[in-house]
Amino acid sequence: MLSKRIIACLDVRDGQVVKGINFEGLRAAGDPAELARRYNAEGVDELVILDITATLERRRALADTIRAVARELFIPLAVGGGIRTEADAAAAVDAGADKVSLNTAALSNPSLITTLAERYGSQAVLVAIDAKWEGDRAAVYVRSGSTPGNRDAVEWAKEAEDRGAGEILLTSIDRDGTKIGFDCRLTAAVSRAVSIPVIASGGAGTLDHFVDVFTSGRADAALAASIFHYAETSVRSLKQHLKQHGIPVRL
Amino acid sequence: MIALIDYKAGNLTSVRKAFAALGAELFTPERPGELDSADAIVVPGVGHFGATRALGPDWIEAILGRVGELRPLLGICLGMQWLFEGSEEAPDLPGLGLLSGQCYKLRGAPHGVNEAVKIPHVGWNSLEIQREGSIVDGVANGAQVYFTHSFVAPVTGDTVAITTHGEPFASIVQRGHVAGVQFHPEKSGDVGLQVLRNFLSMVG
Repeated sequence: MLSKRIIACLDVRDGQVVKGINFEGLRAAGDPAELARRYNAEGVDELVILDITATLERRRALADTIRAVARELFIPLAVGGGIRTEADAAAAVDAGADKVSLNTAALSNPSLITTLAERYGSQAVLVAIDAKWEGDRAAVYVRSGSTPGNRDAVEWAKEAEDRGAGEILLTSIDRDGTKIGFDCRLTAAVSRAVSIPVIASGGAGTLDHFVDVFTSGRADAALAASIFHYAETSVRSLKQHLKQHGIPVRL
Repeated sequence: MIALIDYKAGNLTSVRKAFAALGAELFTPERPGELDSADAIVVPGVGHFGATRALGPDWIEAILGRVGELRPLLGICLGMQWLFEGSEEAPDLPGLGLLSGQCYKLRGAPHGVNEAVKIPHVGWNSLEIQREGSIVDGVANGAQVYFTHSFVAPVTGDTVAITTHGEPFASIVQRGHVAGVQFHPEKSGDVGLQVLRNFLSMVG
């Protein structure tokens, strides 16, 4: 039976993981490769490196970060943040990324999804959708959630699938950082509408939040960052909790 | 030297990297004639079966020639499907024909019936080992590996392990020194590395 995936997200700025890190025994607290190694040992199913570097010249550090993480990690690695062109995607893939995550660029230039799917295969193309509720409609936001994308999240997810996306990374802006739980209503709405996997993100605070998003939220995978970074919970104990609730996981 | 066939079906960085971690350097032949010096051949690949069209008659002849000399061959994902006679994904295009059977699309289930079965099949799923084979030495029954595909190879006498996603399909095949894996050993953690190590043992 296909396992539900637990994905850890590393927010990286200028080659260092940001969002406080609280692991004991790390040589350098913010070193992405060190953190990736730790997560891998704990049994994480996949990693996402999200580059939040502000300036273009500092972005060169990203390829070095990907290379360092990919060198010894043999699980899927996705890279997102600021991938706007085919060349940006190629740089990430050449450095060792298995998947690239498109957000703002996919919405402003949807043909980029198809271009990359044709070049690398759909399995290599994640479309990230940041959404928040406006009445009964889940609206897409871009530029780190600051700008309305004038699209309905469910419709956009369907279009992204049609254009060749292999997975949807769905972040609830309403829940992000709140630790009150994933937006199961949003996740289920998108998951029902597409046949490609949906990764839920935003709002993880407790182990039961993951149970909820895999059951009523119909998520195929769940992504979290700080809940793991701060060592509030380990990936392994989360998976054991899920297994106890009858959710298939890789242990 | 082990030849890694690049027919532009996906990026090969990860495959090369995983073999390098096991101490094996791969070379990418530019022409079929360069396979003469290959001790073994790896055919990777993701995506559409039609991509194997790039491996024309001269490539097929060179690969079958090495296989005839008992050089080990490993097909990964699309590369495994190519070992079979063909695929309904590209009906006009024959496969290598080393293993009998046609590849076909996972049926999945319509929405509302069983929404857990989505196509493509993406993620970690378990290996149900059916019989012994050097390619699964040291791999525990039930071990999980990473898949990403929509088409599958049929379960036949060459099947070493099956995996179930709505229906059972062949996830590991082996006939003598020809082996194939539907999952991505380069992305499947320690289990995947063990499978690659087993292949390297076949190379000797």
